[in-house]
Amino acid sequence: MTLLETKGLGKNFGGILAVREFSLKVKRGSITALIGPNGAGKTTVFNLITGYLPVTRGEIFFRGERIDGLPPHKIVQSGIARTFQLVRIFPRLTVLENVTVALRNRRGESLWEGLVKTRRQKGEALENREKALECLDQVGLSGQKAQYAQNLGFGQQKLVEIARAMATEPELLLLDEPTAGLSQDMTTSVQNLIHGLKKQGKTILFIEHDMRVVMGISNWICVLNYGEKIAEGPPEEIKNNQRVIEAYLGSES
Amino acid sequence: MVNFLFHLLILMGIYTILSVSLNFMLGYGGIISICHGAFFGIGAYAGALISLKLGLPFVVEVVLAGTIAGLCGVMVAGPTLRLDEDYMSLATYAFGVIVFTVLNNWHSLTRGPLGLPGIPKIHLFSFVVDQLWSFACLVILFVAITIFCFTSWVRSPFGKVLTAIREDPVAASAVGKNVASFKIIATLVSTFFAGIAGVLLAHYLTFIDPTTFVIQESFVILGMVVFGGMGTILGPIAGALIMVFIPEALRFVGLSSFYAAHLRQLLFSALIILILLKRTQGLLGKEI
Repeated sequence: MTLLETKGLGKNFGGILAVREFSLKVKRGSITALIGPNGAGKTTVFNLITGYLPVTRGEIFFRGERIDGLPPHKIVQSGIARTFQLVRIFPRLTVLENVTVALRNRRGESLWEGLVKTRRQKGEALENREKALECLDQVGLSGQKAQYAQNLGFGQQKLVEIARAMATEPELLLLDEPTAGLSQDMTTSVQNLIHGLKKQGKTILFIEHDMRVVMGISNWICVLNYGEKIAEGPPEEIKNNQRVIEAYLGSES
Repeated sequence: MVNFLFHLLILMGIYTILSVSLNFMLGYGGIISICHGAFFGIGAYAGALISLKLGLPFVVEVVLAGTIAGLCGVMVAGPTLRLDEDYMSLATYAFGVIVFTVLNNWHSLTRGPLGLPGIPKIHLFSFVVDQLWSFACLVILFVAITIFCFTSWVRSPFGKVLTAIREDPVAASAVGKNVASFKIIATLVSTFFAGIAGVLLAHYLTFIDPTTFVIQESFVILGMVVFGGMGTILGPIAGALIMVFIPEALRFVGLSSFYAAHLRQLLFSALIILILLKRTQGLLGKEI
């Protein structure tokens, strides 16, 4: 069943055609990799799906409903969460606060509720703390919950971002280069984490440059080059696809 | 002497309301505002005019004047949502100049430079607040309300989201928060309370004119917040108390008022420079 679908997605920046005729169907429960050389337009696609960039052409459907044109926070609320290539955590909030603030439908986020603390609010606050701790547990960062996020190492900050994305209770997770800049150990952790997320029923679309990770966990791979899709298929096919190899390594001439 | 202490208390109270409210949008929300004094002035003029022309009950007057100031705040916040810090400074500074110009030139409403004299005493239910000590009590009541409200909001989930927006608005929207809405609401309450402070000042001085609310006033309030410690609960309170006390205490030094006025500005600047050089997080600020 198709969870996310882009139809003929196009994006112009003035005269520059960053993304052209990009059509993709992401199946529910799958792990799809979006790969391609640097500058191919992968993060632009992410930004289009999540509403950070207006679409020039084409449509985006999530669970059958159009989401292109919606503001980012509404898209998140409908069930798509994302992480950023260069981590964007909240530096001067603690790790726990980083995750807690992302939880859905928290009471107390309005002025009136902030002023009048009902017993129900207090009860929910405890529940929320539990939920946030669970998300941290999943990425193995419970021990750092009181640490200011800016004091964490880069790899740990990436994990905080994933935990925070999980806190929004998404159906679809967009991970932008989740293993970039990580050591081998951490890369394996993240790989296992993504696998675990799939087991929980999440659908994942991720951008990645590390081919071992891509081949290791993807059900489906989509390859972009110069803003266009040049190949699509299961890992086995993509591994041996001539156009893909040329895109990354150049052709023999 | 006792009268002077009450006078001090009243001024400290009014400026505490101003600095605590500014700190909410600036220190916790990261929304730059160099025109908090303008909302102070809007509230003062609104309150003065309401009590002079309409004679409404004090509670109604306060809420109405505060709301007018708050709506003006929203009027500024809306178009400036996506401005970055530098341009936000310019935009809010410009608004401050606009407000002063309007107050100074809208003769039919504000009597321009002539100001509004004879602002009546406050009638609260059956009390007439015509003593210095009772006025001080009233101010303290408002200060308590202000501190209670903002402390509650800061500690609530609303406050946490606001702080997250300060840290990274893009990330905040990436976790489903309507950043524009939070910023506008934060601005609304901050300027609302600034307006209330204005109402109190108007009734205290019984005479206001545009020069009471020149652009420098906004810098003074900003200075108190920065000096005391942005982004903390006690910081702006300390900033207001200290920065009201020091220049007022100069009266006892026996200088002629000419020198005292300039010395006040000098001292104020010295304190700001000192804190920026030695302790940028402010007196009670956290060093993170």
